[in-house]
Amino acid sequence: MQRIGVFVCWCGSNIAGTVDVKAVAEALKSEPGVVFSTDYQYMCSQAGQDLIKNAVKEHGLTGIVVCSCSPRMHEATFRKTAAAAGLNPYMVEIANIREQCSWVHKEMPIGTEKAIILGKAAVAKVHLNAPLTPGESPVTKRALVIGGGIAGIQTALDIADAGFEVDIVEKKPTIGGKMAQLDKTFPTLDCAACILTPKMVDVAQNEKVRIFSYSEVTEVKGFVGNFDVTIKKNARYVKEEICTGCGACVDKCPMKKVPNEFNLGMDNRRAIYIPFAQAVPKVATIDPNACNMLKNGKCGLCAKVCTAGAIDYTQKDEYIEEKYGAIVVATGFNPISMDQFDEFAYNQSKDVITSLEFERLTNAAGPTAGKLLRPSDGKHPHKIVFVQCVGSRCAACAEKGKEYCSKICCMYTAKHAMLTRDKYPDTEVYVFYIDVRTPGKNFDEFYRRAVEEYGVRYIKGMVGKIVPEGDKLKVQASDLLSNKQLHIDADLVVLAAAIEPDKSARPLATMLTASMDTNDFFTEAHPKLRPVESPTAGVFLSGACQGPKDIPETVSQAGAAASKVIGLLAKDKLTGNPCVAYSDEMMCNGCSSCEKVCPYGAITYEEKEFRMPDRSTAIRRVAVVNPAVCQGCGCCTVTCPSGAMDLRGFMNSQIMAEVDAICK
Amino acid sequence: MKVSYFPGCTLKNKAKALDEYARRSAEALGVTLEEIENWQCCGGVFTTARDEVATKLSSVRILKAAQEKEQPLVTVCSACHNVVKQTNHAMQTDREFADKVNRYMAEEAPYNGETEIYHYLELLRDVIGFDALKEKVVNPLKGKKIAAYYGCLLLRPSGVMKMDDPENPSIIEDLIRALGAEPVIYANRNECCGGYILAESPALAKKNSNAVVENAKAAGAEMIITACPLCRYNLVKNGADIPVVYFTELLAEALGVKEDTNE
Amino acid sequence: MNNPYLQEELLRMSGVDPKKCMACGKCSASCPAYDEMEYHPHQFVSMVKNGDIEPLMKSESLYRCLTCFACAERCPRGVEPAKLVEAVRLAVIRQQGANRLKAQDVPALLDEEIPQQALVSAFRKYAK
Repeated sequence: MQRIGVFVCWCGSNIAGTVDVKAVAEALKSEPGVVFSTDYQYMCSQAGQDLIKNAVKEHGLTGIVVCSCSPRMHEATFRKTAAAAGLNPYMVEIANIREQCSWVHKEMPIGTEKAIILGKAAVAKVHLNAPLTPGESPVTKRALVIGGGIAGIQTALDIADAGFEVDIVEKKPTIGGKMAQLDKTFPTLDCAACILTPKMVDVAQNEKVRIFSYSEVTEVKGFVGNFDVTIKKNARYVKEEICTGCGACVDKCPMKKVPNEFNLGMDNRRAIYIPFAQAVPKVATIDPNACNMLKNGKCGLCAKVCTAGAIDYTQKDEYIEEKYGAIVVATGFNPISMDQFDEFAYNQSKDVITSLEFERLTNAAGPTAGKLLRPSDGKHPHKIVFVQCVGSRCAACAEKGKEYCSKICCMYTAKHAMLTRDKYPDTEVYVFYIDVRTPGKNFDEFYRRAVEEYGVRYIKGMVGKIVPEGDKLKVQASDLLSNKQLHIDADLVVLAAAIEPDKSARPLATMLTASMDTNDFFTEAHPKLRPVESPTAGVFLSGACQGPKDIPETVSQAGAAASKVIGLLAKDKLTGNPCVAYSDEMMCNGCSSCEKVCPYGAITYEEKEFRMPDRSTAIRRVAVVNPAVCQGCGCCTVTCPSGAMDLRGFMNSQIMAEVDAICK
Repeated sequence: MKVSYFPGCTLKNKAKALDEYARRSAEALGVTLEEIENWQCCGGVFTTARDEVATKLSSVRILKAAQEKEQPLVTVCSACHNVVKQTNHAMQTDREFADKVNRYMAEEAPYNGETEIYHYLELLRDVIGFDALKEKVVNPLKGKKIAAYYGCLLLRPSGVMKMDDPENPSIIEDLIRALGAEPVIYANRNECCGGYILAESPALAKKNSNAVVENAKAAGAEMIITACPLCRYNLVKNGADIPVVYFTELLAEALGVKEDTNE
Repeated sequence: MNNPYLQEELLRMSGVDPKKCMACGKCSASCPAYDEMEYHPHQFVSMVKNGDIEPLMKSESLYRCLTCFACAERCPRGVEPAKLVEAVRLAVIRQQGANRLKAQDVPALLDEEIPQQALVSAFRKYAK
């Protein structure tokens, strides 16, 4: 028989406001096995914990029930308390009488009655608790960063700086991501390339960092500290280690009309290409969909001009298997397609562009060498209309837009408008806005400068229709403050398209068993207190894959993710969670149901020899759980038809005892 | 194949061409339009108020007639199509409304929006297919630059009409291509002509209609085609200086059935 | 108009929830009849939300809306202002003697070409 102590917490007035805590302590005193029961204002405080420790010694307690907040808050605290008093930490049970009781009930009698029932259930469970000891697993001291934009680069640099090895996997031929496409960055207006490319070089030269460009992650197995990852290196038909990046092949390639992704299709590249001058790695890549040699064996010019002999038309995709202790997701974002918003005539006129296209049009390395010229006729635009929130804050239909605010558009639009007025004072610039959202250091000041110093005309309202006619774009818009409908004959219209997570994020999340929200942004372990960790142990989040964010925020999050990775990799061993599933081999009928439902791949089947009642031996197929991989979710226990699967700490018998106590 | 056909009142009077060419073309394409018997006017506009029942009954009767013949229902006039389709949608999704209607009509079996409705354009695209249509063309309309005018009724509300992308439609352009002509894309093709506002503000109808014609002409159009008699009326009355014709007329011409051989 | 249930009635029959409006103004930016209206689509939404309905009922704006549904189609929040305009108009013309269009008005509208559809629609919109 257990000797159980019950400790009822007031949580100030959080619990005591709706639950008569003294009555709860009193009622639980008479439960079988309870030898001590008390209440206290803050059980998690030092004094509260001392109260528990003293009671364990004075009353010789073997089990503890704390009636308090959710176990997610303080279960770990009270387990430590129990351990300090010499008890096995898994002899502690929490009855959640705050989130599941006092916070949801308004009347004291009801709250008190429910708290007593929850307390009784916990007492019933503790009777069946057994001491548990967590296992240990080693840690592979290498990290994987998926995505080579500013988020991935910063995370990798910070991890490498602490002395750990890092691999970056980037699906494009070069690292750099979206930031490499930007012209200037708000609110300081430093040039994006000037601050990004040194970091790209750092990462390329860092001995601790390997870059797998033009590559993707295809399989992830294992668990925190011990991930087994398969990386597919796509054939680029150029030997990366030999190519010098001289560009002779690019100059000679006769396929000149391949839309250039880096400039968002506003100019063309060759079939063999280096995305931009500062690309890392600076090696050429052959586009197999455009290259004549690869398509029909006719050409081969690039191989002829390559003095290094780097061209290899027979190159195949290569699969690399590597072990990692931690994985950082940094898959970033993309602007949404404007196909669903043709009231703005994006598909009808070349002079209706997105903000990212505008960045390329103003970038010295862009298709117009930095001169702001209309894509249709190469003329200088004199009247420019910026439209904010295109597809953001859109709840009308899911196919169309995104319900969230894309966060970065107000600031980059202010930047675009200001820079346009600065460089081309003869242009009239209009910005249509719903709200101007500038919560960041020096952000609102920046926006106000655009209005007050640069004369950008901010209009509260929205554009409803754009009609291309002749060489003008007839913009029909509302001006809500003047209560007027405006008709502006514009030369260029720039749409601030909503941003969405990269399409590769969803399949990656499945591989990582990391959770996502309905918008395909990765979910953090706790929105406030664990913002850079995924709920899946060993998986960390960096940058816009977790939610829209600008560069300063991305870089801080990247550093934070790196510090979490470093904290993990600095450990030699990891303590596991002992609350894992186990199979009673004598009862297992080998049906494989558990193996199929296990989301973590923790269950395998083995052929084992068993002695039968007639003393013969038989070989049977039985389930075996790898305790290091099992996350204790319990799917297998409810699936098992023969009742062979059980979960330590949450055994079927314990759950039934709780249910019985509640229904009594 | 045989389908139920609802021409509507305007097609029996001022827009006889729209109806006549639709019938002849359908025959040429192997589809028989069986006109619903004793039909009443669709109502002209769909009243969006959910408590409005009586004005929607004639549309429900049209739908029910097609259901009884176990045929899909085909419409040609944009307004009829909009009213009938929106009414059907209300019968499918608004339980309270459908119950009221069914109790009022007191038919043996209640109607809950089962009938499939095709606009004639959808019949061409989804049932016959533009590729098959192309093969039946005997007089390809080569070199003609034609602007499709959708107006509002065919496309909106898009969640109910489900004909095409409401801001960048292609169904009439695809038809124009199938007939051998060249479609002209212009932004005002889905803007309203003014509709029945001519009763209240002829100036507004003129302004809207002119904006459509001017935009189509600026894009190089030599002709405008439409499915709506009221659109055509507004465009022509307000001074369109290029021909505005029904899409069925163009179809009949390409199929070689424009001249009535029976007469 | 002393109907205390008027606002509730308008929301019920239109099925519109003006609380969903985020005041972006895209409805009024899309409206082809804007310049002929005293109260514009976004104002219908905010005035009905605030219970300020009487000025709308007295306004000629009710008869300028084309029900072309551009506002409803383009609204990022799915508010459908056109349905609200129609609800207010119905609240007026459903009253005894409040028909906007009367049979004796018709001859003045007629010409050789006018389609039946125009008259039927106008009657549906302007008379009960």
